[in-house]
Amino acid sequence: MNFKNGSELEALCMETGKSMAQVCIEREVELSGRSEENIREEMKLNYVVMKNAVERAKNETLHSMGGLIGGEAQKLHARMQSGKTVCGTRISKAMAAAMGVMEVNASMGLIVAAPTAGSCGILPGAVLTTAEAYGWDEEQILDALFVAGAIGLIIMRNATVSGAEGGCQAETGSAAAMAAAGIVSVLGGSPRQALDAAAVALKNVMGLVCDPIAGLVESPCQKRNAIGVANALLSAEISLAGIPSIVPFDEVVDAAYRVGKKMPMELRETALGGLAATPTACSLCSRIYN
Amino acid sequence: MAAKNLSVFDAIGPRMVGPSSSHTAGAARIALVGRKIVKGRIKEVQFFLHGSFSKTYKGHGTDRALLGGILGYSTEDPRIVDAYAKAKEEGISYSFIPTDLGDDYHPNTVKMLITNEAGVQVEVIGESIGGGSINIVQLNGLRVEFTGEFYTLIVKQRDVPGVAAHITQCIASEEINVAFMRIYREEKGNVAYTVIEADEEISASAVEKIKEKRDLIKDAFIVSLR
Repeated sequence: MNFKNGSELEALCMETGKSMAQVCIEREVELSGRSEENIREEMKLNYVVMKNAVERAKNETLHSMGGLIGGEAQKLHARMQSGKTVCGTRISKAMAAAMGVMEVNASMGLIVAAPTAGSCGILPGAVLTTAEAYGWDEEQILDALFVAGAIGLIIMRNATVSGAEGGCQAETGSAAAMAAAGIVSVLGGSPRQALDAAAVALKNVMGLVCDPIAGLVESPCQKRNAIGVANALLSAEISLAGIPSIVPFDEVVDAAYRVGKKMPMELRETALGGLAATPTACSLCSRIYN
Repeated sequence: MAAKNLSVFDAIGPRMVGPSSSHTAGAARIALVGRKIVKGRIKEVQFFLHGSFSKTYKGHGTDRALLGGILGYSTEDPRIVDAYAKAKEEGISYSFIPTDLGDDYHPNTVKMLITNEAGVQVEVIGESIGGGSINIVQLNGLRVEFTGEFYTLIVKQRDVPGVAAHITQCIASEEINVAFMRIYREEKGNVAYTVIEADEEISASAVEKIKEKRDLIKDAFIVSLR
């Protein structure tokens, strides 16, 4: 049981009548020789690290290595307490979680790269917030993560998740695509709907550049994780409403890869262009490194 | 690079101390391989930082991650943050030297000169290629290529007939399936290295069997990250 792309994954689900999560797990069992139980246990370790990171940022004031970020999750929670959020509690909670995990990351705390460290807030932010809202049990949460992982490995195989290769779209776009598919699948969407949600999420940020100030995984990365979490939830909603992606997932992945390759190197994690090249960023950069 | 089927844990993972999979997790893994190549207690290590590593290592904690790897810490070990203090405790001296290794090297590359308490020095060059994945590209001045993802064995040998046959025989007798095997040498008749990447764990008894032929084999050691 193996798949190279989204359409093969969908076909496997249709042939076997199994869920995307189950197909992903069985593929893993086959390729690694590990037991299903062992593989679920490993994913649970990832889930626990994600959950702890979300909690840590809520309760602790964290200080990033470069000093550009810290305390954002707490600020968002304080605003939520006021009951006057612009986005509604669900999205506010999800973005607080995503930005918080990025604070943990930037202060050398423990996170799970998903698919990268620069995009590590999106999957926990979107999936754990949805899980809480719908009262998912642990098995459902792990299923969402396995579906997300399947989407991630397909993108890694056929394109890239590296900002240095494909820009921010490759990192936060992939993370949002992974999260969106995981959520749709556990909420009862068909494999096609899950893939469509991933396609929509990736399309929404196509061409997004990677331009970290001072080359650090802090700004604009953290706020792009907040956008990414919203992107994931919105894309899931669109797909679950029965709105298809006009361009199928595999073609979107291919298009994103081509767009990434066309990006000049200044806009691929080198910190030579975009926001990283602004006067403000340059003065922050000399403050950090001198 | 050795091709492999991607795992779901390549997309969701590694569990790691932040902030960067390439500049922190990858750096720790390169140094961890370096530690495995050195015999005995490490006394000193010099890190020559190339490309992006040389420019942004402080902001990414690349220095602490490298030192953490030398101390034997995995990417998810929170002691990475305190690597400076831990290295002092263990009596390991260290230095970080921004350098330019030339255009042939990946932007995230480190050259490590590691010295053990007997004064033996090993030179290892590794690249962090993204998502925490690494390539070791040079060992004691010799071009090599392995990732540490497979069960990996390095044999230091004399470059004479019969060595490869001896090594494969020992591996086969332990029923270990070889995924990749390459021999690297500088000049004929001198020292050569065999790098074996296997699907199954390479047992200590296989390593001992290989080392038994002292006329052919100088050393053998396991360097996998798994």
